[in-house]
Amino acid sequence: MSEIKEFVCIRCPLGCNVKAEVSEGEIVSITGNTCPRGAEYVTAELTAPMRTVTSIVTVDGGVRPVVSVKTASDIPKGEIMNCVKAIKESKVTAPITIGQVIVADVCGTGVDVIATDNCDAVQEG
Amino acid sequence: MNKRKLVIIGGGPAGLAAAMGAREAGVSDILILERDDRLGGILNQCIHNGFGLHTFKEELTGPEYASRFIDRVKEAGIEYRTGAMVTGLKPGDNGTVTVTVMGRRFGLEDITAGAVILAMGCRERSRGALNIPGYRPAGIYTAGTAQRFVNIEGRMPGKDVIILGSGDIGLIMARRMTLEGAKVHLVAELNPYSGGLKRNIAQCLNDFDIPLMLSHTVVDIKGRKRIESVTIAEVDEKSKPIPGSEKEYPCDTLLLSCGLIPENELTGMLGASINPVTGGPVVSESLMTDIQGVFACGNVLHVHDLVDYVSEEAAQAGKNAAAYLNGALRAEGKKHTLIAKNGVRYTVPASIDPGNMEDKQIVRFRVGKNYRGATVKVTCGDEVLSSVKRPVMAPGEMEQVILKKEVLTKLPEGADITFEIVE
Amino acid sequence: MLDVLILGAGVTGCSIARELSRYDLNVLVVDKHSDVCEGTSKANSGIVHAGYDAKPGTLKAKLNVEGNSLIKELSEELDFPFRENGSLVLCFDEKDRDVINKLYDQGVTNGVKGLQIIEKDRIKELEPNVTDDAVCALYAPSAGVVCPFLLTIAMAENASVNGVNFSLKTECDLIEKTESGYRVRTNKGTFETKTVVNAAGVSSDVFHNMVSDKKIKIIPRKGEYLLMDRTVGGTVSHTIFQLPTKLGKGVLVTQTVHGNLLVGPNANDIEDGEEVSTTADGLSEVAAKAALSIPGLPGRQTITSFAGVRAHEENGDFILGECEDAPGFYDAAGIESPGLTCAPAIGVMLACMIADKLNADLKNDFINTRKGIPNPKEMTREEYEALIKENPLYANVICRCETITEGEIVDSIRRPLGASTLDGVKRRTRAGMGRCQAGFCSPKVAEILAREMGTDIGDIRKNDPGSEILKGYIKEDL
Repeated sequence: MSEIKEFVCIRCPLGCNVKAEVSEGEIVSITGNTCPRGAEYVTAELTAPMRTVTSIVTVDGGVRPVVSVKTASDIPKGEIMNCVKAIKESKVTAPITIGQVIVADVCGTGVDVIATDNCDAVQEG
Repeated sequence: MNKRKLVIIGGGPAGLAAAMGAREAGVSDILILERDDRLGGILNQCIHNGFGLHTFKEELTGPEYASRFIDRVKEAGIEYRTGAMVTGLKPGDNGTVTVTVMGRRFGLEDITAGAVILAMGCRERSRGALNIPGYRPAGIYTAGTAQRFVNIEGRMPGKDVIILGSGDIGLIMARRMTLEGAKVHLVAELNPYSGGLKRNIAQCLNDFDIPLMLSHTVVDIKGRKRIESVTIAEVDEKSKPIPGSEKEYPCDTLLLSCGLIPENELTGMLGASINPVTGGPVVSESLMTDIQGVFACGNVLHVHDLVDYVSEEAAQAGKNAAAYLNGALRAEGKKHTLIAKNGVRYTVPASIDPGNMEDKQIVRFRVGKNYRGATVKVTCGDEVLSSVKRPVMAPGEMEQVILKKEVLTKLPEGADITFEIVE
Repeated sequence: MLDVLILGAGVTGCSIARELSRYDLNVLVVDKHSDVCEGTSKANSGIVHAGYDAKPGTLKAKLNVEGNSLIKELSEELDFPFRENGSLVLCFDEKDRDVINKLYDQGVTNGVKGLQIIEKDRIKELEPNVTDDAVCALYAPSAGVVCPFLLTIAMAENASVNGVNFSLKTECDLIEKTESGYRVRTNKGTFETKTVVNAAGVSSDVFHNMVSDKKIKIIPRKGEYLLMDRTVGGTVSHTIFQLPTKLGKGVLVTQTVHGNLLVGPNANDIEDGEEVSTTADGLSEVAAKAALSIPGLPGRQTITSFAGVRAHEENGDFILGECEDAPGFYDAAGIESPGLTCAPAIGVMLACMIADKLNADLKNDFINTRKGIPNPKEMTREEYEALIKENPLYANVICRCETITEGEIVDSIRRPLGASTLDGVKRRTRAGMGRCQAGFCSPKVAEILAREMGTDIGDIRKNDPGSEILKGYIKEDL
C-alpha cells in the first residue's frame, strides 16, 4: 500500500507544495518541487526532520540587553526546545560579534549556536 | 545651508541598497538619514532566518542580512547619520528638495538635496484601524511591537497569546513567543486564506501545533486593566461574523498582524500622488514619484514579502537617481500607462517611458485572491506582450513580470499596457 | 484635619480644587485611579457648548453660558488648547424647523451670544461636506473645542502648585459624619475633614447616599466614538450636531482641537459605570448616524474607537451644593453634558460656597497662571532652535505620527502631578495618539518613563495597577 504525503517546502520563500509517495517506509517518488532542495527537504521530513533554530541570548555588559543567535546549521527538529533551553543557560559578555560561538555543540548535535548580530560593550565611565 | 547631491531617507534594507546602487552608478555625495540609533531598520529585530537566498545564495537572519549591507555602505565610505528623524520635505529651488531633519546630536537642520530617495518602510495596521470592539486594556500589541520587546529588549509582552492576522510577522511571532516560553493558543485570520508565506505556516505554526483558523476574527476583547480574553467568531463570505459561532478564549495578550501600511506622511508633504491600493507613491519606470528628483523604493513604495526584492528594487532606485542627477533621465517622453485589472490589484511602476528603461523592466504586482494554474497576461491593444501560466498565485505573495525594451519600443507611443489574470 | 476633601480628580473635582486653592485652606483630592482625568473626563466629545440646549432656569443653562466664557479665559491663564470653532445644529426636515426656532429662543433666554438660524446656502458655505438634506441650522459662533485632558490636567497642576494635595490610587469605601465634619475611609488611610466635595462622576450617588437620606441615582449612560486621522480633520471645521433626542444631543461630527475628526456619541444606559467597552453595533450606529450629517464620512481613516460614560442623574439636572441633610457635604453630581463646559463655573460656584462656610481668606500668593509643556509646533523656527540648544532632547523625536520629542515626554513626567504611565504621557503630550496608535513609540516611551522614574521597564503600566505592559523575561518559563 503506498501513501501520498503532502508537504510545504520551507527551504525557500517559494513554499512549493511537494508530494511524496511512500510505500512500506520507502520513498517511491517526490513531485511538485521546483528545485532539488525540495526533494532533500521532504526526504528529511520523512526520515529525520531538521530545523534551524533562531533565538536570543541575554548579554552582560552590552549596549543592548540581548543579542540574536542561530544554530550554525540545522539540528534535529526534536531538539528545538532543548536547544533554546541550552541558550537560556549560557552566559555571554559583550562585546559580541557576528559568527561568535555562543553554545558549542548544542545538545550534542555537533552544531554550534552562533551570534547573528554584533553587540558592543558599554563603555566604562 | 547644507547641500547634498542625494539624500536617502531611511537606513533600513531599502535605504542601504539604494545608497549602494547610487554609489556604484557614480554618485559620490550621498547622505543616509536613519531615525534609529543604528542602521539596518526593522531587520535588526527580525532575528529569524530566511533572508538573502536570492541576494547572497544563502539563508541569513535579518541582522546578518542587514550587516552585509551595512558593511558595504561603510566600506564605500557613504555618509550616514543615525538618530536622525526627517520631519519635513518640501520642493526647493531649481528642482531641489529641502529635507528637514532633527536629532539630539545635531538639532534641527535643513538640507538641500539634488535628489531624494524615499526609503521609510511601512508600519503595522493598529487595533483602532481594524475597528475591533471591546475594552482597551494593556496587552494588545501589533506583532512588530511585540517583536521589538522580545528580540531587542528581551522582555515578554505576555505569556498566553492569541494572534489575529496571519501576516508573516504574526506567524513568525507565533514561533518566537513559543520558543521564549509563551503559550500561543491560535492564529485567527479574517480571510479564507493566509496573508503570509506558506513556509511560515509550515515552520511557525504546524511545527508547534498552533491552529490557524481561517475565516475567523476577534469580535470582542474583555479585561479592564490587562486583557483577559478575546471572543473569536467565524465570518461569512462578506467577512461578517456569523451569529452563534462566537467562542471566548482566555489570554493575556493579543497580537495583531493584519497588514502593513507604507509610511508616506513625508511623501504627502511633497504633494506626490499616492496609489490608494498600495498606499505608496505612484512611480514611473525609474521609480520616480511625480515630484521631480524624488524616488521611492522598498516598503514605502509597496509592501514586499521578501527583503531580497526590496534590495533589488532599491539598488535600481539608487541607479536611477544617479541617472537623474547626471541629466540622463528624460521627463518629457511619452509614457505607457500600466493598467491593473481582472485580479491584478496594482502595478509598480505605474507607467513606463521606454526611453528611460533599461533592457529589462521588472513590473511587480499582487493578485486579489488565490489562483491555481491561472495566467498572467500582459497586453497592449490586441498585442500580447507576455502570457505566463503560474501554478499558484496568492495575495500574500508578490508577483513579477519582466518586460523587454525591444518589445516596448515597437508599441504605439503612449499606448496603455494592461495586466490581468486569465483563469 | 483637612478643610476640604474632594472625591474625584476629574474635570469637576480638579476645577473645584483649583478654585479652592485661591483660599487659605488645606485641600486634598483623592481618586481611585493612578492619574487625574481617568473617568468621564477622559472620554467625551471635548466640546465647549454655547448654551442653547439646556432648559432655561436649570443649573445646566446658567453654568453652561458662564463656563463657555470662563474656558476661553482659562485657556490663556492655564495654557491649554482651545478653539472657538462655532457649532451648527442641522435640521433635515422643514417640519422640524420649529425645533430649531425653539432652540434659538432657548439660547437667547439663556444668554447665548451671536446665535443665528441659517439656511441651506449659508450652511454649505460654512461646511461644504454637510449633506444636501440640511434645510436650515442653528449656528452658534461661541461654541468651541477643547482638549478635555489638558483642561483637567492644567487645572490639577495649577491647584497642586497652589498647595492642593492629590492622593491617587486612593479608593474611598466609607464616609461617616463626625462632630467636626466627616471621616473618609480609604485604602490609603482614613482622613478627618471638615467638608467633603463629592465629584465622583458615575459613582457620586454611592458617596452621596452614604451620608444623606435623600437618595440620588446616577444612571451611567455610555457613548461610543470613532476618532479619525488628522489628514481628514478638515472634513468639517465647525462642530456639527443633529437635532437633539431624548437621550441627549445625538451624534456629532467635529474637528477636535488637535485637528482629528471625531464622531459620536451614541447613548445607551448601562448598569456598571466602568463598562467602557465598544461594541460592533454601537460603532456602526455612530458611523451611520454621523453619515446623515456628513455623507462622505471617511470611515476608513478611523484610527481608534473608544467609549465614555456620562453620569446622568435621573432628574436630568446637575446636583450642586451642600447636601440638605448633611451639612459640610457638597455634591457636584450628575455632571453630564454640558459638564465639561460648565466645569470652570462649577468650580467657582462650589469654591465660593465652601470658602463661605469655612470663613476662608483668599491667599495673597495664589499663582493664577500655568505654563504647559513647550510645544514646538507653536514656535517659530528661531524659538524652536533656541529650545533645542538649551535642551537637545527637544530634537529627539519619539512619537513619529504626532512628532513628539523626548523633551516634551520628559517634561510631562517631571512636572507637578507628572505622568507616570503610558496613558499619562499620551494625554499630556499626544505621544501615541496618532495614526499608529503607539505601535512605534510605546516601547520608547516606556523606556523613558522607566529611566525618569528610576524603575524597571517591567513596572511601567498603561494606566492603573494591573495594566503593566510587560509580563516577565524571555525564557523564564522554559
